[in-house]
Amino acid sequence: MSQQLLRVKDLQVEFKSGSITNKAVNGVSFDLDANESIGIVGESGSGKSVTATSILRLIPNPPGKITGGDIYFKGNNLLEMSNNDIRKVRGNEISMIFQDPSTSLNPVFKVGNQLMESIRTHQNVSKKEAKKKAIEMLELVGIPAPEKRMNMYPHEFSGGMRQRVMIAIALSCNPELLIADEPTTALDVTVQAQILNLMKDLQARLQMSIIMITHDLGVVWETCDKMIVMYAGRVVESGEVKAIYQNPLHPYTWGLLDSQITESQESTEALSAIPGSPPDLSYEIKGCPFADRCPYAQAICYETTPELAEPYQGHAVACHFQTTEQQLERREDAYVDGSTSRS
Amino acid sequence: MRGFLFKRIIQLIPTLFIVAVIVFFITRMLPGNPAAVMLGPQASAEDIAAYSDKLGLNDPMYQQFFDYLLNLVTLDFGNSLSYNQPIVDLIMERFPNTILLAVSALILAVIVGVPAGIIAARKQNTLIDYSVTTLSLIGVSMPIFWLGVMLVLYFSVNLGWLPATGMGSLEDGFWDFISHLILPSIALATIPTSQFARIIRSSMLETISQDYVKTARSKGLKEFMVINKHAFKNALTPLITVMGLQFSALLGGAVLTETIFSWPGMGLLIIDAIEKRDFVVVQSTVIFVAVIYVVINLIVDILYKVVNPKVNLDSNNGGGK
Ligand SMILES: Nc1ncnc2c1ncn2[C@@H]1O[C@H](COP(=O)(O)OP(=O)(O)OP(=O)(O)O)[C@@H](O)[C@H]1O
Ligand SMILES: [Mg+2]
Repeated sequence: MSQQLLRVKDLQVEFKSGSITNKAVNGVSFDLDANESIGIVGESGSGKSVTATSILRLIPNPPGKITGGDIYFKGNNLLEMSNNDIRKVRGNEISMIFQDPSTSLNPVFKVGNQLMESIRTHQNVSKKEAKKKAIEMLELVGIPAPEKRMNMYPHEFSGGMRQRVMIAIALSCNPELLIADEPTTALDVTVQAQILNLMKDLQARLQMSIIMITHDLGVVWETCDKMIVMYAGRVVESGEVKAIYQNPLHPYTWGLLDSQITESQESTEALSAIPGSPPDLSYEIKGCPFADRCPYAQAICYETTPELAEPYQGHAVACHFQTTEQQLERREDAYVDGSTSRS
Repeated sequence: MRGFLFKRIIQLIPTLFIVAVIVFFITRMLPGNPAAVMLGPQASAEDIAAYSDKLGLNDPMYQQFFDYLLNLVTLDFGNSLSYNQPIVDLIMERFPNTILLAVSALILAVIVGVPAGIIAARKQNTLIDYSVTTLSLIGVSMPIFWLGVMLVLYFSVNLGWLPATGMGSLEDGFWDFISHLILPSIALATIPTSQFARIIRSSMLETISQDYVKTARSKGLKEFMVINKHAFKNALTPLITVMGLQFSALLGGAVLTETIFSWPGMGLLIIDAIEKRDFVVVQSTVIFVAVIYVVINLIVDILYKVVNPKVNLDSNNGGGK
């Protein structure tokens, strides 16, 4: 067994605007071992990015606030660290890359400057050594003529090359964990594959864990060991990627997998192919948050909120009908009622 | 870059020509015969007529105009009659005083206005932010004439701390020099300070929420660097625009401030020359000021390129004016 690297426990994050409080993340838990990768999937607004940014405490405050839970990284609670200590973790032990490489690099500084800045923040090296390391990093992420590229500005790079630069920056201090928030969504399809392959390759070479946030279940399938499915700020299903693909337990996950198969090209739209829309997070939700959209909802689903439970070893679900047998029964009920049906 | 400079210098010519034409006709439209004004109320009609002749005022208008243009093109600015010295000397004597006042006002405005704007943006919707926004609103709408008089009343007349008027000289000691500079600089800096604070506040609010600022934080940079390096440099473009406008206005001579504080700069020179109907001085100083405007504009455009590498000076849509 490898050592447990990250442990997120019952994370709660709220956004306040005026008198409205939006519970963007409501009791998310998961853990991650060294060299392991976990995928976070879910519809837009389900709290994937907020969960990920909370780990480095980068939630903008105000309006956001982490109101509960713990995040242990190598045994230390990141949420209780001093500002100074968390800064030493950022970009050094845990790095993050974002969705849109055209906005996440600073347009007015040279790429070399932005890369060396990262290195010099965490490592006590001379300018010359930092430059050497920076060039090495650019080479590592597959940027041709790295020495020349050091002196260029982000707008002189293509989208894929910019994301490579972001990866180089993120990995420049050999982090143990890389958080990638939809790293390929803004890129061309062909470039997406290149970036994913690069990340997989680097993970193997540099020995790190990855949190991969994505809309694209195919990406999870290809790059992750395990995954969590988020809905309305909660985890509704989690487990090994294989187990979930073979035996998805939550009706929401079924929907995701179905829509992925039917509309494989446009993954962003595919997720919203489940009819209806997620609940408003600024109200207290009674019962299961997915009940309104669930074709198999029963009376109990509107009454009590299902807890995350583990009907199968290592495979958890938050549904009143946890096992496959229970679900089959319920499905039949749903068809007998004739009230709802799946297309 | 070289192509850009060349183009801008060529563009300068029509601008200056138009300024020259306008100044010529405006000065001729001023009421009163310059010869009469210069010779004073005691002068006889014959004296005035003779003097007018000497000044060329009796020549036909088109001839006066062509003489004027010819002098300009040959860079012959002539002599001031009222001051009795070459115009070039006159400007070279006054212009440094104006630069001194303008630069110190600009420095003051940057030192106070820029940090105030940054802090207000970082503490958006707090008491600090509201104070900065309110003060800067008062500042931009402040009647400078009134402010100048109040400053003099309070600091010079009531407290007696600072001299009310005039310019100090270094020969009388450093304090004499500085003390004369303080009040006019404050008066002159009030509007630019407020403007800089407002501009920086709003552009910082925009850049602070950008993705690259989040990236900077996620790299583990200190908040000071995140704000003052990553967010600030991106917020500079609008500041440079107003700074350029303000600075050229200041260099043109702050007429009100120089008048209140009897500061011997370009503003006072122009006012004085208009009163004395010293056309030659008015024309030359106005054209000189126009050149200054154009040069500062050019510097501003080059600065755009310095702060924003995406700006391409050689293309027509570069510069972002
Ligand atoms: N800065 C913010 N201010 C206010 N609300 C926010 C902010 N960031 C996120 N939220 C809210 O938190 C909730 C979760 O957002 P989050 O960005 O985590 O979604 P996501 O799952 O990453 O979606 P997407 O797939 O669109 O990226 C949303 O309801 C959103 O409105
Ligand atoms: Mg997101």
